[in-house]
Amino acid sequence: MKQELRSTKFGKYGGQFVPEVLMPALEELTEQYEKYKDDPVFNEELNYYLRDFAGRPSPLYNAKRLSKEYGVKIYLKREDLVHGGAHKLNNTLGQALLTRYMGKKRIIAETGAGQHGTACAMAGAAFGIKTEVYMGAKDTVRQRMNVYRMELMGTRVIPVKSGSQTLKDAINEAMRDWVANVETTHYMIGSVVGPHPYPAMVRDFQSVIGKEVRTQMMEKEGRFPDSIVACTGGGSNAMGIFYPFVDDDVQLFAVEAGGSGLKTTDKEALHSATLCAGEEGVLHGAHTKILQNKYGQILESSSIAAGLDYAGVGPELAYLADIGRIKPCYSLDSEALEAFHDLCRLEGIIPALESSHAVAYVKKAAASGELGDVVVINISGRGDKDLETVLGMNK
Amino acid sequence: MRISEKFNELKKNNEGALVAYICAGDPTPEETKRYVVSLIRGGADIIELGMPFSDPVADGPTIQAGIERALNGGMTPDIYFKTTGALKVSTPLVVMTYYNLLFKRGLPKFVQDCKASGISGIIVPDLPAEESEELGALCRKHDVDLIFLVAPTTTETRMERILAQGTGFIYLVARLGVTGVRADVAGSTRELIERVKTTTPKAVGFGISNGKQAAEIIRAGADGVIVGSAFVDIIASRKDVEQRLEALARELKEGIRAAHIES
Repeated sequence: MKQELRSTKFGKYGGQFVPEVLMPALEELTEQYEKYKDDPVFNEELNYYLRDFAGRPSPLYNAKRLSKEYGVKIYLKREDLVHGGAHKLNNTLGQALLTRYMGKKRIIAETGAGQHGTACAMAGAAFGIKTEVYMGAKDTVRQRMNVYRMELMGTRVIPVKSGSQTLKDAINEAMRDWVANVETTHYMIGSVVGPHPYPAMVRDFQSVIGKEVRTQMMEKEGRFPDSIVACTGGGSNAMGIFYPFVDDDVQLFAVEAGGSGLKTTDKEALHSATLCAGEEGVLHGAHTKILQNKYGQILESSSIAAGLDYAGVGPELAYLADIGRIKPCYSLDSEALEAFHDLCRLEGIIPALESSHAVAYVKKAAASGELGDVVVINISGRGDKDLETVLGMNK
Repeated sequence: MRISEKFNELKKNNEGALVAYICAGDPTPEETKRYVVSLIRGGADIIELGMPFSDPVADGPTIQAGIERALNGGMTPDIYFKTTGALKVSTPLVVMTYYNLLFKRGLPKFVQDCKASGISGIIVPDLPAEESEELGALCRKHDVDLIFLVAPTTTETRMERILAQGTGFIYLVARLGVTGVRADVAGSTRELIERVKTTTPKAVGFGISNGKQAAEIIRAGADGVIVGSAFVDIIASRKDVEQRLEALARELKEGIRAAHIES
């Protein structure tokens, strides 16, 4: 089931739908990534940064009180404890190191919630590489603390005022920058989206999550979990925890943002549930599932969680959903908010609103027995960044 | 008229082609029809009509703004084909748009609609040669040209692949970056023109805005010059648009003619 990196596709999904000027850069990146991904020196250096800089491995915590409340044994994979407060650094450390190995002098990136941008800023500072991050103007307001965090670490944040002024527009703008500066610049995509090799490369860098869970589950339970549940926007934390289990007898639940319900108009979707409600299409360099109108214009997506607010999804997730290996599902804004409070109150852990979608699905699904006896939830990030949003919702 | 016929006709007169881009529906479909007539009157040999897509990653701010105006004006692929079908001009029309609009409409239907509405060629900037097999076959079947872009960064291997598949003309990206008006014409342009070894006509675009630059491009060995942002800028100004579109097309065409007389 696992795909060789050499293929640009996952079944019919994936590929490289980009302007001609970028094709050589993608070829170069693929070649360089292939060269270094199994290189012992590269991996030793990466592991050093993951351990001593990022604080890995992240704990796998048996959440006893939440387990009792929801009626299923729950382990939390604590990516919220990784440096920066989210799983995003796993990927940016890998790509920043690769940038250095490729001899490029500048990193650009897009960011939605600001988590990937912050992780880029951290990696950029740690490696001493000039870093510039595109962020939707609307998101710079919603997540102004993350903007400041990036600036503190020497990153320039460029607000994007076109289109819906959110993640999708930030990606468009970052791609334009890359088109113009491809010879000196590495574009650090933050999720398992975009043209090949990004979906495979980001998945591999994030797979450290699932690999750790394998070891930790064997230590704690002597077996693998029955189910793994992860929130899914672009899908990097989901692919990171799913991928090492793809060939095992473990159910994989991809929980999307249901927003205020799975409805769409001609211009916008009230949700970001691409696997659940999207259709096949081509967006940002990949053939995948997307939210679009009848003509193929991309819809503006919506979610309480900025990090899930995206009209596309990683092509490998679209493929795994089609063949029935993962189960796409969703939680509404209101359900995620409720689960957010559950985890705060019962476990003393403030999860990101993104991760709260995964928790919310466990709450709904535990009673039916579909999750089995032991569940791992990926707590992909911490919720400090969301407190203003939550305060606003509670009013 | 087929694109190749147009280039042959021009060649007989020892003349280069002016390919003019505007975005269909910017700001309304009715105005687009009049603008096309102005461009042709000024001397445009081929009209490239953008079909607006919500996420145009290969376009710079100027054309992006034009696309936004067109979408806000209600332009859709259905209206696009109605508009081009109603144009009744002998000048070849080329559609430029992004792959998802073709994919969603269905490639066979898209190509048939092109044929039925008088469009001679298709440019899809986010569709590399590697992914174009199905569309290429449909275009051959319906006698519609599939036009590819090559860039200064295009490797020799990819160049061969692209030249083997492209028909109509080869779209040479003059410099790295997205569409937009630039002050100078890069030296890499001449080098790129020399690297593109084909009998298919070569048209150079990205960053050309006046007659002098157009002449330089033709002198460097191109068969045609593609101009977009400079026209879209005029449309954005909303001042004497038809008259100024015609005047700029005339200036560019004169530059192209002058280059040939000198050489």
